[in-house]
Amino acid sequence: MAILVDRSARVIVQGITGRQGGFHAKLMMAYGTNVLGGVTPGKGGSYFEGKPVFDTVRRAVQVTAADVSLITVPAPFAADAIMEAADAGLRLVICLSEHIPVADMMKALAFCRARGVRLLGPNCPGIMTPGQAKVGIIPAMVADAGNIGVVSKSGTLTYEVGFAMKNAGLGVSTIVGIGGDPVIGTTFVDVLEMFEQDPQTEKVALLGEIGGSAEIVAADYIQSSMSKPVAAFIAGLSAPPGKRMGHAGAIVDGGEGSAEEKIAALRAAGALVAANPEAIPSLLA
Amino acid sequence: MKLHEYQSKRLFHEHGIPIPEGEVAQSPAAAELIARDLGGTVVVKAQVQVGGRGKAGGVKVAQDAAQARQYTAEILGMCIGGLLVEQVLIDRGADIQQEIYLAITTDRGAGKPLIMASMEGGMDIEALNRDRPEAIIREHVDPILGLQSYQMTYIASAMGLARVHWRAFGRILRGLYECYHQRDAELAEINPLVITGAGDLLAVDGKVIIDDNALYRQSALAELRDHSSEPESERLAREAGITYIKLDGQIGCMVNGAGLAMTTMDMTKLYGESDGIGPANFLDIGGGASPAQVAAALRIILSDTAVKCVLLNIFGGITRCDEVADGILTAYAEVQPRVPMVIRLQGTNAAEGKQIINQAQLPNLLSAETLTEASQRAVAAVKEQM
Repeated sequence: MAILVDRSARVIVQGITGRQGGFHAKLMMAYGTNVLGGVTPGKGGSYFEGKPVFDTVRRAVQVTAADVSLITVPAPFAADAIMEAADAGLRLVICLSEHIPVADMMKALAFCRARGVRLLGPNCPGIMTPGQAKVGIIPAMVADAGNIGVVSKSGTLTYEVGFAMKNAGLGVSTIVGIGGDPVIGTTFVDVLEMFEQDPQTEKVALLGEIGGSAEIVAADYIQSSMSKPVAAFIAGLSAPPGKRMGHAGAIVDGGEGSAEEKIAALRAAGALVAANPEAIPSLLA
Repeated sequence: MKLHEYQSKRLFHEHGIPIPEGEVAQSPAAAELIARDLGGTVVVKAQVQVGGRGKAGGVKVAQDAAQARQYTAEILGMCIGGLLVEQVLIDRGADIQQEIYLAITTDRGAGKPLIMASMEGGMDIEALNRDRPEAIIREHVDPILGLQSYQMTYIASAMGLARVHWRAFGRILRGLYECYHQRDAELAEINPLVITGAGDLLAVDGKVIIDDNALYRQSALAELRDHSSEPESERLAREAGITYIKLDGQIGCMVNGAGLAMTTMDMTKLYGESDGIGPANFLDIGGGASPAQVAAALRIILSDTAVKCVLLNIFGGITRCDEVADGILTAYAEVQPRVPMVIRLQGTNAAEGKQIINQAQLPNLLSAETLTEASQRAVAAVKEQM
C-alpha cells in the first residue's frame, strides 16, 4: 500500500518545460511514475517527451484526470502555482520550489486548507514509494521497497539515511520529504499518522533538525498515539544559536528549537535517537 | 534581515505609527546639534542589532545637549554583543506612564501571522512568556482576510487597556499589521509602546526583521542591509550563491544540502569533540552546484586560517558528483590547498566523480565511502597536526 503515492498516482508537472522540471519529469517517467503531462503558461498545445503541455492546471486536469501535481516553478511564481493546483481539484500538491516568501506561503496554505487539498513542501525533495512511483527529485538509487517509512525535513540527509538502510538490507515503504521551510503544508505528525495507519509500514525513521517545534509536537504524537517503533536523528547539535543554517526554518533563537531539546523530547517519547545518521539502520533492524 | 532600531521606527512612522522625534548621529558634535534642536531631555541609544543594549550601557538619558554630546562620545566605539557601535539614535525623551508590548510575528506551526500584546511591556518578553504566559494576549490573523476590526477590540479589551486609548491603539495595530504584511516582515515589534503623561501612545523602541526570501520585491529595504555585522567571507559566499557561516573549529566542511551540511558538522564534533576538534564552518553549496561554485566554496573555506583539514561530503541528487570533481580539480589548481582534504562522493554519477579524482592523483587527498569514515578520517588528519 504505502502512503500518498503509489503506481496509480496520476501526475502532472507544473513547470515541465523548465530545466529542472523537465530533467526530473524524465527521471520520474523512467522510474515508472505515471506522468500524464505538464503545465507551462503560454506553451499549451506543445509536447514534452510525448506528453501534452497545457496552459492551465484546470485544463490539464480536465483532459488527463490527474490527481497529483508537482510544482517546480521559480519562487516568485510558486505560491500562485500552488493555489492554481488547489483550485483545479487535485488531491495532492507537491512543491519543490525554494525561497518562497513566507507571506506567500501562509496565503497559499490557507487556500489549500479551505479546499481540503494536501500540500507537501515547499522546499522539499518530494516523495518516493520505491518500486511504484516517485514525485520529486529523490534519487531512485537511495531506496528499495520494504517496510520502513521515512519522513524528513532535509533532502540530502534523507538520501544519506535511505542509502545506509539499503546497504544494510532494509527497504522503505515511502520516503516523504516535508521540507525545511518555516511554513509547510504537511507536518511530521501528518505523515506519522499516515504511517501508523499504513499496513505496509512497520517501523519509522524520522529525520529532523534545529528550528521550530515540529519535532517536539511529533514526540508528543509518538508518545500518545504511535504503536510502531520510531528511530530518529536531529541535525544541528553543533550549530551556533541565532544563525540561519541554510534552510529558512533552521534557526535557533533563545533556546527554542535546539537539537538538545528535540532529542530529549523524542527519547522521552520512546523513540530511539541516533547520534550518527548512518546508525539508524542498526536501530531499525 | 534585521533592521536597526531607527530604521524600524522610520518604517513604523511611514505606516502611521507615532514615534518620538529623533535623528541618527555618528559623532558627538552631530549628537549635540540634534539634541539642541530637539530641546530638553533626550535619549542616546546605540544602534547595534543585538539585545541587551541598556544593560551594556548603550542607552542613556541626557538632560541637555552637552550631556548628549558626552554620552555619545562614550557610547560610540563601544562593543556590545561583539558588535562595534558606529552610530547612535538621539530621540526626544518621553514622559512614560505605562509600557505596552505589541508585536506581530509568523507562527510557523499555525502558518498564520500572530499578534502578541501585553500591558507588561518594556521588559524581557521571553522571560514574561516563560514565567507568566497568561500576561500575553495572542491572536492569529487569517492570512487571506487580514486583520479585522473586531480583533483589535478583542486585543485591547483582553489586555486590559483603558478604553480611552482604544482608538489610538487600533490605529497603531493596523499600522503595524500593514508594516508586517506590506514589507514582508517576519517580525514587527514595538517594545515598549508607551502611554505618555499627556495620554498619547508612542512607539519608543522597535525591531523589524524582513524575510530574506522576499527581498527581491523589497528593494528599498534590501539596500538597508548592514554589512558591518557580516564577516567578509560570508559576504563573498552570499554573492557566489553559497550559504557559509564561520564557526570556530578546524574542519572545513563543504556539503550539498542544508540538513546534510549540519549533519556533517555534527559528525566532526561527534568524533572530534574529545580532542577539541570540530567544524570550522557551515557550508551548503546548494543543489546542482557548478564547478565554479565548488571552486569558490573551497577558496572561502581555505581563507579561514584555522582550517586544518577540508571535508567534502556530497550526496548527489540534483548535484552531479562528476561536476563536483571537476570543480575540485579547478579549485585545486588555483588555490593549492595547504591542508589535507577528505573527499566522499556518493549518489548521482559518484563512480565517474571518484574516477576523475583518482586519475588526477592530487597530493594530500583522502577518500572515504561513508559519512562516518569521512568524518573519522578528517578528525584523524587534524589530530596528526596537533
